[in-house]
Amino acid sequence: MLTILFDGVAYGMLLFVLACGLSVTLGLMNFINLAHGSFAMAGGYCTVIMVNRLGVPFVLGVPIAFLVTALLGGLFERTLYVHVYARSHLDQVLFTIGLVFMSVAAVDYTMGSSQRFVQIPDALQGQFDVFGIGMGKYRLLIIAVCGLLTIALQLILAKTRFGSRLRAAVDDQRVARGLGINVGAVFGITFAVGSGLAGLGGALGAEILGLDPTFPLRYMIYFLIVVTVGGTSSIVGPFLASILLGIADVAGKYYVPTLGAFVIYAIMIAVLIWRPQGLFARATAR
Amino acid sequence: MATTTTTATPTPVLAADVAAYLKRRGRWSPLEIAFWIFAFASIWLFPDKYLILKDTAILALFALSLDLILGYAGIISLGQAAFFGVAGYFSGLVAKYGIINDPIIALVCSGLVAAAFGFVTSFLVLRGSDLTRLMVTLGVSLMLGEIANRYANITGGADGLQGVDIAPIFGRWSFDLYGHNGYVYCLIVLFVCFVIARRIVYSPFGLSLRSVKGNALRAAAIGIPVKWRLVAIYAVAAGFAGIAGGLLTQTTAFCSLDVFSLDRSADLLLVLIIGGTGYLYGGLIGAVIYKFLQDWIATLTPQYWQFWIGLVLVVIVLVGRERVEGWIAAARGSLVRLGDRAWTRIRPRSAALGGAADGG
Repeated sequence: MLTILFDGVAYGMLLFVLACGLSVTLGLMNFINLAHGSFAMAGGYCTVIMVNRLGVPFVLGVPIAFLVTALLGGLFERTLYVHVYARSHLDQVLFTIGLVFMSVAAVDYTMGSSQRFVQIPDALQGQFDVFGIGMGKYRLLIIAVCGLLTIALQLILAKTRFGSRLRAAVDDQRVARGLGINVGAVFGITFAVGSGLAGLGGALGAEILGLDPTFPLRYMIYFLIVVTVGGTSSIVGPFLASILLGIADVAGKYYVPTLGAFVIYAIMIAVLIWRPQGLFARATAR
Repeated sequence: MATTTTTATPTPVLAADVAAYLKRRGRWSPLEIAFWIFAFASIWLFPDKYLILKDTAILALFALSLDLILGYAGIISLGQAAFFGVAGYFSGLVAKYGIINDPIIALVCSGLVAAAFGFVTSFLVLRGSDLTRLMVTLGVSLMLGEIANRYANITGGADGLQGVDIAPIFGRWSFDLYGHNGYVYCLIVLFVCFVIARRIVYSPFGLSLRSVKGNALRAAAIGIPVKWRLVAIYAVAAGFAGIAGGLLTQTTAFCSLDVFSLDRSADLLLVLIIGGTGYLYGGLIGAVIYKFLQDWIATLTPQYWQFWIGLVLVVIVLVGRERVEGWIAAARGSLVRLGDRAWTRIRPRSAALGGAADGG
């Protein structure tokens, strides 16, 4: 029982790191980016190449994956996404689905369609046994890393100058622009960091989530659930939503395995009907 | 569109205006007649392409259903596959267990089942913003996929529904291996559904839908029951999607979990974007272009055709959907003018035919 809770929390933390970039971009530019999972996949494959082929240590491979995907995200944002912000939601959906299809086929072409695993150092394998609860070392690491990241993100958002600019831009773009905040630059940086976090999540989660070319399609719905259920006005909402989702998914698969992902979708639809703005969102005018 | 205001207070003169306007808009143009003549001529023109033509006809009907809600009511949906799949399994199951043997009755029933399902789910979909709609429609179709997977003893699970035996149409034309009868059947169903959809679109009801899409708040202010109009068109569109799903199962005698997949809904959006939204033929033309594009790319790179489909989507959006639709509209406009000119030249000689065409 507690092991399930533990695994669920680890899974949820992972989902949060994967999805928090999406929630910020969605809140900031009202932009529906279905291709977010593609960046996560890029991070995962980046780690696979570096750790398995080039022999880079795992501890170093994960931060490099973050940097590479952040660069990739920044590049895409400046060259492609920037043209689509002002378009309708339909255009945004079409555009990003197109990117997903391309990334799926491109990865299939270059890396093959089979599932890949990252070689995890021996020190991280095995289990601790605390008060009769089996805790996988690797999952503990995930919780630690993701927990630290969450705290860091919250501090950046709440305490730094950049954070207050970002929050101002989220609350009201036009006024923020009027105050002299360069909203485009703020968004570019946020997008890059968000993609980088997705890449980091993909790198860490390759072991648990399973890495193959259909990754962006399989997890797209999960990211969207986190964002829609958690709301886009803070990072606390998505955080709680992803922890809940993680626990519900792991518990659902453990107790009622035959129902599969049915539980998750049912919960999501129920929440969206009950609170279309998201479970933890304050009611905004938007 | 000034005439829409008349739906609120139909004074006799304005009501007559609306009727005249709709009659004028609803007239079958020569180009449309030519389109359908060509469509039916394809039965004899391309006898070796029946399978892809049949898929195209089904896809066109499916795209037509999405156009009804996207182009005419402005609802973005990633879950039209839900209705396609529900009806697909329904028509497969009734045929397998011999509940309804006649394929046409089964097809109508599967359309009705999908429409009923659309009616029930419409209340979920019509709440909230674009993103919420996207999520709920997607969630519903994924959920159905899970259910179909769960009850493998009924649906066949991942192996698909096998052992479906479709009775011959009217007890005479069976679904042969070459797909000739299947294609003719699909084409006729497509045509009938198209005529119904056309009738809906050029009715006062269709006009009120356009005003809802234009500005829901103002539409409500002039007395259009916005919510019920959307519910109605959502259910009708679901019914058309259901008929498309039923056709697929009947002509292939098979139904798999793939009917609920996200790819199917996403491809459908692409079809509609290629053809253009909001004028019924968009789905049809888009389906033809998409199918042949897919066929062509798939022969070039069998495994990675998805990449090029994705590229087409990205390029279309970057170039600007309005611009692409503008080109299509311009091409259409010049074709219509060409057709009209040709028509006025032959018209004196075939006045009887022209009179029949005005009846639509």
